[in-house]
Amino acid sequence: MPVDVRPADLPPTGVDRDPIALEVEHLYKFFGRRHKEAVRRMKDGATRQELQSLGTAAVIDASFQVRPGEIFVVMGLSGSGKSTLIRMLNGLLEPTDGDIRVFGEPISGIPAKQLREVRQQRMSMVFQHFALLPHRSVLDNAAYGLEVKGVGARERRERAAAVLQRVGLAGWEDSLPGELSGGMRQRVGLARALAADTDILLMDEAFSALDPLIRREMQEQLLELQSELGKTIVFITHDLNEAMFLGDRIAVMRDGVIVQQGAPEDILTDPANDYVAQFVQDVDRARVLTASAVMEPVRATTTLQAGPRAALRVMRDYQTSAAFVVDASRRLLGVVRDQDVLRQVRGGRPLEDVLSADVAKVGPDALISDLFVPAVENALPLAVVDDAGRLLGVVPRVTLLAALGNVPHDTAELAIVEPPATVPIDIVTDALAEEAGR
Amino acid sequence: MNVPVIRIPLGQWVDAIVDWVTSALQGLFDVLSLIFGGLFNAIDWLFATPPFWVVVVVVVLLGLYARGWVFGIGTAIGLLLIYGVNQWDNAMHTIALTIAAALVAVIISIPVGIWMARSPGASTAIRPVLDFFQTMPAFVYLIPAIILFGIGVVPGIVATILFALAPGVRLTELGIRGVDKEVVEAGHAFGATSGRILRQIQLPLARPAIMAGVNQVIMLSLSMVVIAAMVGGPGLGKPIVSSLQTINVGLGFEAGLSVVIVAIVLDRLTATLGTGRTHRLLPRRADGGRVAVRPAPGATSVPAAETSEAHSPGR
Repeated sequence: MPVDVRPADLPPTGVDRDPIALEVEHLYKFFGRRHKEAVRRMKDGATRQELQSLGTAAVIDASFQVRPGEIFVVMGLSGSGKSTLIRMLNGLLEPTDGDIRVFGEPISGIPAKQLREVRQQRMSMVFQHFALLPHRSVLDNAAYGLEVKGVGARERRERAAAVLQRVGLAGWEDSLPGELSGGMRQRVGLARALAADTDILLMDEAFSALDPLIRREMQEQLLELQSELGKTIVFITHDLNEAMFLGDRIAVMRDGVIVQQGAPEDILTDPANDYVAQFVQDVDRARVLTASAVMEPVRATTTLQAGPRAALRVMRDYQTSAAFVVDASRRLLGVVRDQDVLRQVRGGRPLEDVLSADVAKVGPDALISDLFVPAVENALPLAVVDDAGRLLGVVPRVTLLAALGNVPHDTAELAIVEPPATVPIDIVTDALAEEAGR
Repeated sequence: MNVPVIRIPLGQWVDAIVDWVTSALQGLFDVLSLIFGGLFNAIDWLFATPPFWVVVVVVVLLGLYARGWVFGIGTAIGLLLIYGVNQWDNAMHTIALTIAAALVAVIISIPVGIWMARSPGASTAIRPVLDFFQTMPAFVYLIPAIILFGIGVVPGIVATILFALAPGVRLTELGIRGVDKEVVEAGHAFGATSGRILRQIQLPLARPAIMAGVNQVIMLSLSMVVIAAMVGGPGLGKPIVSSLQTINVGLGFEAGLSVVIVAIVLDRLTATLGTGRTHRLLPRRADGGRVAVRPAPGATSVPAAETSEAHSPGR
């Protein structure tokens, strides 16, 4: 899965050593006359409805930062201002107020020539309806950005052909866009943007016009390409599943306002308001939530040094039939079962003998959809371990189901301990007492 | 009853303006006269000098290339009929006059149309002028044209140009405005200059509309030939005007039919050549780096934009 190459949840504010690819500060766009006045009133707290007589406030006080190599998704329904927002990023629309900086350099208010240079060198765009030149071959379409840049015919065709091959269109170079299917046309659109070799890729509802199956295919291909190329991508979509699948971070827009931004999991598990909550209701959680987002703290753990009696006591306290055994640095060694431990306690034998390595381990970034099979195959909860093998938490089956159903699973009252004890509690207590008396 | 008689002396004012223009800008009109006259003579020489059968063969071949056998044969019959009713020379003069006027009208109308498409202000300002040109009875243009250019072919050309200008401008503007916004946006997004966008995106995509405009310009020009004859212009209008004066039905019909034949041939040829949807007698070779359009059987039903060949300057 390309999940591994995506940067982890980034700090919310910029750090100097970490350059920011794209920075947007207090951006406003107002369509209508007297837009300066409208923005002033919005800054004083006027709502969109109050300004309706003057015109339309498409984007209201948008601020965000996109780091290099990140996929930043702007999600919202039609009319939420997301298309206006992305068109301001490369200057297709002039902002009414606010700043946009690309690698520290302002975009708004610069001379046309300079703006063209920024577009040629810094950012390219993929369009919803592909926006290919119908009278040009696929190859010349893909080479368009390079042609505008002034790259010679031979070189640009070679480079465009290489990118076309990369997106799986080898052999179609001489076709016209009209001869291609929708998915293939958008691959040309993507190839055109990639061939331009810019740092930033703006994708405006790039996959929205495609069939669901083709869309999924394109999403996966985009992530695959991204893992190789590490572009900075601003992706606009109205499809929350798409946003969750692609986005390293997501901004949710409504009526021109960014109502929440954060990692997909944050938005899913902690929606900022009812609007977002309603939105995320329908998301395919299994493809978004990761093991680390749903895991429970490990309750029944013990160490080898503590011996069988400590292990048995832990299991009795949590009324479970198994305990995870960790070492001093919390690395997971294995698991012990209550019946085995009881036997060891009665026999006065060490815990090592009954330590079983038969426990399913998953990484913290594993998607829930990938946890079902191991969860079915193992009676014990899945152990979430990091790269060093340290036990971070567990995912019992109940938690998996609860995560899909949006049931609060992290409240203390609902402590989930699996599997239930197999040895009656009295027997365990008796055994412990008996041992203590010896 | 004492109704005040109001008489706005608009006609006198126009008279005064034309008088002033005539005296003040005589040099300019002499130059224009020279240009239009020279243009007409050059084109007329091209059509009228060769023996008639050479012109027939060339036009028929063009018809075959453009639309196929049926049109080619029809063209041959039509042209031979014109020759047969002894209107050949007049028809050639008419074609020359039409082409000269249409050429100038197109040269003026396409840039104006582009300008109007780009500037809403220009569009608002020029549109009523176009309405004026198009609806003013064509005879009216002849009056100042005679004063400015004298009797002959030039006033006819000038009147024809003014009359035929409007559809070229309108359809160019419409065509460019109708180009998919997203494609134009794509041009901007990749940092293209507006000149490059015009050249590589807007004009190629607007080509069908622009060519429809050119076709209309030609047809309107042709419709002016009879009127041009009233100020001494050569061509098929001459026998028509004279047959009107002598009530000569037979001559009028012969000349009129010749106009119809010329009109149909010109219309079909320009309409087809304009959209690039030519009927191919031979499969086209994929030479010169041209994209080999793979025409399916009955490919003519495919939208023009998709089958129009790649004329990109990069090729």
